[in-house]
Amino acid sequence: MQAVLEHSPPAGATARTTKRTGFLLLSPSVLILLVWSIVPLVMTLWYSLQNYNLVDPTLHGFAGLDNYWYLLTDPDFLHSLLNTLVLVAGVLIISVGGGTLLAVLYDQEFFGRGIARIMVISPFFIMPTVSALLWKNLMLHPIYGVYSAMMRAVGLTPIDWLARFPLMTVMMIVAWEWLPFAVLILLTAVQSLDGEQREAARMDGAGPIARFRYIILPHLGRAISVVVMIETIYLLTIFAEISVTTAGGPGVASTNLAYLIYSRALLQFDVGGASAGGVVAIVIANIVAIFLVRAVARNLEA
Amino acid sequence: MALKTKTSTRIGVTILGWGIALWLFFPIFWMILTSFKSEVQAISTPPKLFFMPTLSSYAEVFERASYWHFALNTVIVSVGATAIAIALAVPAAYSMAFIPSKRTRGTLLWMLSTRMLPPVGVLVPIYLLARNTHLLDTCTGLVIVDMLTNLPIIVWMLYTFFREVPAPILEAGRMDGATRWQEMTMVLLPLALPGIASTALLSLILCWNEAFWSLNLTSSHAAPLTAFIASFSSPEGLFFGKLSAASTLAVAPILIFGWISQKQLVRGLTFGAVK
Repeated sequence: MQAVLEHSPPAGATARTTKRTGFLLLSPSVLILLVWSIVPLVMTLWYSLQNYNLVDPTLHGFAGLDNYWYLLTDPDFLHSLLNTLVLVAGVLIISVGGGTLLAVLYDQEFFGRGIARIMVISPFFIMPTVSALLWKNLMLHPIYGVYSAMMRAVGLTPIDWLARFPLMTVMMIVAWEWLPFAVLILLTAVQSLDGEQREAARMDGAGPIARFRYIILPHLGRAISVVVMIETIYLLTIFAEISVTTAGGPGVASTNLAYLIYSRALLQFDVGGASAGGVVAIVIANIVAIFLVRAVARNLEA
Repeated sequence: MALKTKTSTRIGVTILGWGIALWLFFPIFWMILTSFKSEVQAISTPPKLFFMPTLSSYAEVFERASYWHFALNTVIVSVGATAIAIALAVPAAYSMAFIPSKRTRGTLLWMLSTRMLPPVGVLVPIYLLARNTHLLDTCTGLVIVDMLTNLPIIVWMLYTFFREVPAPILEAGRMDGATRWQEMTMVLLPLALPGIASTALLSLILCWNEAFWSLNLTSSHAAPLTAFIASFSSPEGLFFGKLSAASTLAVAPILIFGWISQKQLVRGLTFGAVK
């Protein structure tokens, strides 16, 4: 791999044509990504400063920071921001914590491990709308759901999870989708750990907890940070799961920032207000992205 | 590792490993099971584990002519977006892997950063742009959006695969008088074919399951399976048999793709940071 990088381009005129070829081959992708990343961003910023409602043409013109002011003082916004953070943090804790433990578990040799592993990572491949409805109807439906039947079987009264604990239930559904992702990534990382090193620690009398704490966990550091950052980017924009289970309700009990922006834009047609929300979402994501890009940049040097 | 593990630990690990696997997989298993029940069996209380399987739910899903319409949309969008993205990404990745310049690293990281833009942040402008260009509720519109969201991942993945092809092989071809184009199509592509295939597979999986743009940019004409399944969130969803059959059909291909390509997925999803 190093050899590739060390190949210096040939000198003189050939070097210039080579350079130009390289540029020409790269430019289509770069150009469309440039347009894709700048045009919508500028438009969002622009709309966020405008009075613009799709169903009220009389309302137009420069709004200054009014949209932001309304948004930031709107209790719904604060609630949805809080919900967003709760969802991201909750799912991260479940998936990274559980994922680390499961990665170690499925690294052990046992009968039928291959099949068990495939079963564990499967939920990650289920499309969001299917997982959400699967849980809402087949599993948690207060009358027909399997979980309700199980509760009745042991003498408990079934709970209408999505009505009583909407945010927690959405979090659980999303965690079911993302825990397998964490397992997939962390298991790969655990397996890349040098077997000899682990064996040596065993010979030296290190117990399983000590081996986990001092050998496996430090080795997983980067993989965990990658999981955290990639999941955060996706979790900030959880949408389908909320849309098909609770539609953000009851009230705004399970509305996150993504769902709030959607309902402002496409249900209330308030382009200005929704754009201001969009800018807030972008700012939050960028804070995360800075760390992710750094982590990957380190890897690029390695 | 497992040489001298105690038998009791071994049994414990086996039970725990299988217990958790069965628990996490249970909803999927139950969905597949329910898809073979009649509607009456599907909502029987308590739920039945053993029953006479029937294909009636599948028959009904297929009878709704619209099912094929949605499935076809998903295939068109996933394959279209993947094909265009790969076509754009191969030259870009080739350029970065074999003609690196001072700016290569920066370009790669910048591409990654475009991926970090949360879709909801640009929902409003993209929606309005699509509406004004009459791309709302068209497969073309969805292909463009899906292609652009996945392009950075695809360039990255191809770049990491291309870097594993030894440069001297390509140079040998050039010594023999091959042009850049021939070098790329006749030397590099065959060598990197497995990598390109797994990149395409990852892109297909991501496009197939993409829900945010599908739900927001389509309504009926171009709605893919993700949006079709979402329509079951209405009271219609209480037809558990049909919901399960439609869902099983919608996830089956991707589940199988996913099982096949686990290893490569890790690489693509983490931008090569975990191998």
